[in-house]
Amino acid sequence: MQAVNQNNAATDDSAELKLPSDDQATQHKFDGKTVGHPLSDNPKMSMRNVNVFYGEKQAIFNVDLDIAQNQVIAMIGPSGCGKSTFLRCLNRMNDTIESCSVTGEFILDKQDIYHPKQDIVPLRARVGMVFQKPNPFPKSIYENVAYGPKIHGLASRRAELDEIVEVSLRKAGLWEEVKDRLHSPGTGLSGGQQQRLCIARSIAVSPEVILMDEPCSALDPIATAKIEELIAELKENFTIAIVTHSMQQAARVSDRTAYFHLGKLVEVNDTKRVFTNPEHDLTEAYITGRFG
Amino acid sequence: MKQSSNNSTLDKVNQSLARRYRAEKRFKAYGIAAILFGITCLIVLFTDIIGKGHSAFFQTYVYLEVTMDSEQLYINDPSDPQQIAAADYQGVIKAALRERFPEASSRRDRRALYALVSNGAGFKLRGQLEADPTLLNQTIGLWMLVDDDVDTYYKSRGEDGESGFDGRLNEKQIGWVESFIADGYMESRFNTTFFTSGDSREPEQAGILGAMAGSLFTLLVTILLSFPIGVAAAVYLEEYAPRNRFTEFIEININNLAAVPSIIFGLLGLSIFIGFFEMHRSIPLVGGLVLTLMTLPTIIISSRAAMKAVPPSIRDAAYGLGASKMQVVIHHVIPLAMPGMLTGAIIGIAQALGETAPLLMIGMVAFVVDIPGGVTDPATALPVQIFLWSDSPERAFVERTSAAIMVLLAVLISMNTLAVWLRKRLERRW
Ligand SMILES: Nc1ncnc2c1ncn2[C@@H]1O[C@H](COP(=O)(O)OP(=O)(O)OP(=O)(O)O)[C@@H](O)[C@H]1O
Ligand SMILES: [Mg+2]
Repeated sequence: MQAVNQNNAATDDSAELKLPSDDQATQHKFDGKTVGHPLSDNPKMSMRNVNVFYGEKQAIFNVDLDIAQNQVIAMIGPSGCGKSTFLRCLNRMNDTIESCSVTGEFILDKQDIYHPKQDIVPLRARVGMVFQKPNPFPKSIYENVAYGPKIHGLASRRAELDEIVEVSLRKAGLWEEVKDRLHSPGTGLSGGQQQRLCIARSIAVSPEVILMDEPCSALDPIATAKIEELIAELKENFTIAIVTHSMQQAARVSDRTAYFHLGKLVEVNDTKRVFTNPEHDLTEAYITGRFG
Repeated sequence: MKQSSNNSTLDKVNQSLARRYRAEKRFKAYGIAAILFGITCLIVLFTDIIGKGHSAFFQTYVYLEVTMDSEQLYINDPSDPQQIAAADYQGVIKAALRERFPEASSRRDRRALYALVSNGAGFKLRGQLEADPTLLNQTIGLWMLVDDDVDTYYKSRGEDGESGFDGRLNEKQIGWVESFIADGYMESRFNTTFFTSGDSREPEQAGILGAMAGSLFTLLVTILLSFPIGVAAAVYLEEYAPRNRFTEFIEININNLAAVPSIIFGLLGLSIFIGFFEMHRSIPLVGGLVLTLMTLPTIIISSRAAMKAVPPSIRDAAYGLGASKMQVVIHHVIPLAMPGMLTGAIIGIAQALGETAPLLMIGMVAFVVDIPGGVTDPATALPVQIFLWSDSPERAFVERTSAAIMVLLAVLISMNTLAVWLRKRLERRW
């Protein structure tokens, strides 16, 4: 990670956001200061002054945000506004992208996750991730779920591993559907089942935080409903950050909602508040469908 | 107005559609023509080779009644294995021939007569006597190898004895051969010698086994070295190496190496392995090392391509679970890339199997009669054997050359089949 000197002048220059030119009526201003309540009393993760660059291009500008313990936070915003980029910073998945550099403070339970001494292996065991496209390994269902516990040495005996697999699949609401074919390929499941398998796979290592990047975008409404139900249940044990393009989904599953716009965090508030009475004009414009 | 413009658009589309169909048909025809051309060439090649080579799989034998006269064999103590080994078996065969054709009395005629039977026939007699010493002083009937000229004559003559290729045979010899044939004392059998012996100056005793063993040991060395080294290099370059000038330079040079003429690798092997490390000439170990150098670029390039083709989503999934780089590579990338890697490796190794030039440089072109028993025994390889035989004047070597090509092709085809099978087995869908 290279240290990048962020000069505030750049932010101020682009503070006046360019909106679609055919929409002259909505000439909103954003002064770079997040409205609402980006901070929390009981944070699981707190991010301060986050800036992310892809080479020369800046993708995230000065974001401060807390993710509260055992809550679901939804991240919404127009395409390309940096939601995935921000999410991927939270378990350092961006480390695999060579051009990407991240600055700022990322604290998970008082621990700086970008500290040079921080090992990313235990970090990713604590902060799991579910991707947009279901991506099971081309192995059996059992192997898919058992892989994480195996590499982290969470089970010493076969029986223990069996139990972890069963519990994870149950939590992901998939056990009843696959218990008779645990050893058939995970890629043979339907899209929705595959996505739940991926969720089971990530909760099998008992993470504390689960990051989900548009987990339902490849699924039909019924599979989506199942996963939304699942998220509501998982909230009891996990802290969840979910990126979504569906306003309804954000409204249904999340406790707090963060609205990103062109790399800046515009508004963070209780979900109810955001969808009934948004504080910022840009948020309102987005959720009412005027752009995005 | 609107209607008519709509109609004309439709007409235009239809017109262009017809044109498109014609273009499509033409395009397909080009492809079919190309394939037909390829198949024709292949058929011509195969009919030529098989037509020339199939007769090499048969060998003519002559039946002779030989008296194992102990005096003539110079054996006075049958229990002495040394005497049995050193006995003059060719002598008793000559005696048998003289007995059958007493009219050959001049020295010249006798020499011509003796030349009908292969001078390897004595070894068969020795084998018989070694197996059963009681045969001494008895008369036994035996089928023996004939000389290659007789073999060629017998194979080329028609049923009625017409138009045989007489080559170096004179009138009298042909008469004797015809007499054998008339008595039913000459017949063609499956040529086991071809598959069980090494090279020989005498075509009827020459076999392919020595060259096959040489090729096998050479390839063994090549596979054992080039696959692991190639895959390791590919993994490092693809997964670990930073992208900078230096790795770019290495990359370009690997691509260049793949295009270097193979004889250069032979020269390199000659100066490094034989000149500097003072290894022996003509041994499969050196051959394997040289072919390894030649095969490595192919394997590295194809392995990297195979690893690039592994979907990034699989890597993401594994990294997201907290797998280390090595775990991602070993558990996911390599298994998924393995079919592609194997394909590349087999192509490279098949190429190595057919390679002649570098082996000439390191002396694997020597005349080796013994069948090599390991990677440090002098040996030739299949393509070199083909090269050697094709250079020999005897007509019987012409058919053996073609037969050796058939054997080489068979080995290649079976290797490719193995590759396809392996790939099918390892291939997984995602
Ligand atoms: N690997 C990358 N290299 C360079 N630029 C990137 C890379 N990934 C994303 N970006 C850029 O960063 C910005 C934010 O991208 P990001 O993927 O975070 O958007 P997003 O909000 O997730 O969009 P979407 O809703 O379409 O998924 C975009 O302008 C994008 O072009
Ligand atoms: Mg995204």
